[in-house]
Amino acid sequence: MTLPTKSFPFRLILQQVGEVGLLFGRTIVSVFRKPRETKIFIQQLEEVGVRSLPVVSLTAAFGGLVFALQTYFGFHRYIGIGSEAYGGPIVTLGLTKEIIPILVGLMVAGRVGSAMAAEIGTMKITEQIDALYSLGADPIRYLVVPRTLACLIMVPILTLYGDIIGILCAYFFNVSMGVNRVVYMRNTLLYLELGDVLGGLIKAGIFGVVIAIIGSWQGLKTEGGAEGVGRATTKAVVISSIIILVLNFFLSKAMPESLGI
Amino acid sequence: MIRINNLYKSFGPNKVLQGINLHIQNGETLAIIGQSGSGKSVLLKHMLGLIQPDRGSIIVAGVEISGSSEVELDNIRQKFGLLFQAAALFDSLTVAQNVSFGLERYRDLSRKELQKKVKESLAMVGLREVEQLMPYELSGGMKKRVGLARAIAYEPEIMLYDEPSTGIDPIRADAINELIIKMKQEFRITSVVITHDMTSAYKVADRIAMLYNGKIVTVGTPEELRKSDNQIVQQFIHGRAEGPIKEW
Ligand SMILES: Nc1ncnc2c1ncn2[C@@H]1O[C@H](COP(=O)(O)OP(=O)(O)OP(=O)(O)O)[C@@H](O)[C@H]1O
Ligand SMILES: [Mg+2]
Repeated sequence: MTLPTKSFPFRLILQQVGEVGLLFGRTIVSVFRKPRETKIFIQQLEEVGVRSLPVVSLTAAFGGLVFALQTYFGFHRYIGIGSEAYGGPIVTLGLTKEIIPILVGLMVAGRVGSAMAAEIGTMKITEQIDALYSLGADPIRYLVVPRTLACLIMVPILTLYGDIIGILCAYFFNVSMGVNRVVYMRNTLLYLELGDVLGGLIKAGIFGVVIAIIGSWQGLKTEGGAEGVGRATTKAVVISSIIILVLNFFLSKAMPESLGI
Repeated sequence: MIRINNLYKSFGPNKVLQGINLHIQNGETLAIIGQSGSGKSVLLKHMLGLIQPDRGSIIVAGVEISGSSEVELDNIRQKFGLLFQAAALFDSLTVAQNVSFGLERYRDLSRKELQKKVKESLAMVGLREVEQLMPYELSGGMKKRVGLARAIAYEPEIMLYDEPSTGIDPIRADAINELIIKMKQEFRITSVVITHDMTSAYKVADRIAMLYNGKIVTVGTPEELRKSDNQIVQQFIHGRAEGPIKEW
């Protein structure tokens, strides 16, 4: 078991990937085990979904605005005056496929992933996790499953909501710049494909699972007092954000251009 | 009921348990005494499979704990009620929700029966009108007693008490001694009591075991312990700083 010290970080990463994989596997198995923790699941739906609405509204709105801004000036400058209305489909495509899923993923990672790590981590260091075991509530089934399901459902819903907000804000920006609203709308609807939106939502669902599993994993392995909880919280956000960004690229690459719809 | 064979556990370089052998009989109350940090709580957690041993075995009612799956462990844990040293109440749940937590999962009761049982369990530990409070609104001793109510609520076959009287006033502490005795006499519960309080140990225990240096140095009735010629035991039960135990 003595590997050269140079390979040490590599082994550490491998071990952590193993831990996450194991937790993910046990979570999937536990989804089908009874009793179901319905009350916590509903609480989490509210926590992940409803409470994220303000943050998602703001980020989606400004994401849509800034993207519309650059697209507008791009067309204005390089294609020519009067071509700005053709920016509609590009903005919509970029928002629904990439920008909104990523923004929502990162925001939920910051809001919800950190809270999960902090809450579960505090339970760990105050022996509440042991108490769960002793009272017949497997922490995976009681804590991780409801959180994972809530994220799996709510992050795509938030993304769809963000898509609408972003597209609307982009529309209003263009209209305010004097673009013909009928032409802009027609162009947007002409090229908008359900598959593009759906692709973004599927990615969002995967991001949701990543956020919940990483947050729970960091929480469950928390050790050593308040400092440990702080560390777990930070790590949960950093790790899930990185995974979201990296995974996003490869998922986009792997996805068929518009899912055949 | 519980048979512990040759149990070893270390945390890194810290060798905590080094070959524990202990047999806890059906219906008896066994007290475990030993210095702070000697591994009493760690030993207790092994009995429920909350900590996995490095070596050795723990057999509860004929089932080996360390080789069991999570589903099997769930079944074994139903037999146990555990009072945590620091209570370990769920801080996002009310007192009533804490006490009914195990009941909801282990017993099939109606809402009414559940409420009644919660009230009864709280009354057994001398608490009334606290159902709707949150754990942070309780005093340390109250938390401990809610923790006890939570563990006894679903009438387990085996009760594990981690320092039941620490942090509680002497009158209440003796009431808890009485409760431990009552649980044994009325419900024929097997109990393991960790304690530093020798008066309490003599009062509730059928046998007392002493943990020292990762091993059980002695097991015997309170009478046998008092007469023991083991100097370590004598030093501990009389609470003397002078003696063979140097590090403290
Ligand atoms: N989760 C853990 N990780 C690392 N070390 C631990 C852990 N739990 C306990 N220990 C160590 O094991 C030893 C025994 O701890 P334990 O809590 O069992 O003591 P104890 O006999 O219950 O003491 P006390 O009477 O003060 O409660 C201590 O040295 C402690 O540092
Ligand atoms: Mg202890």
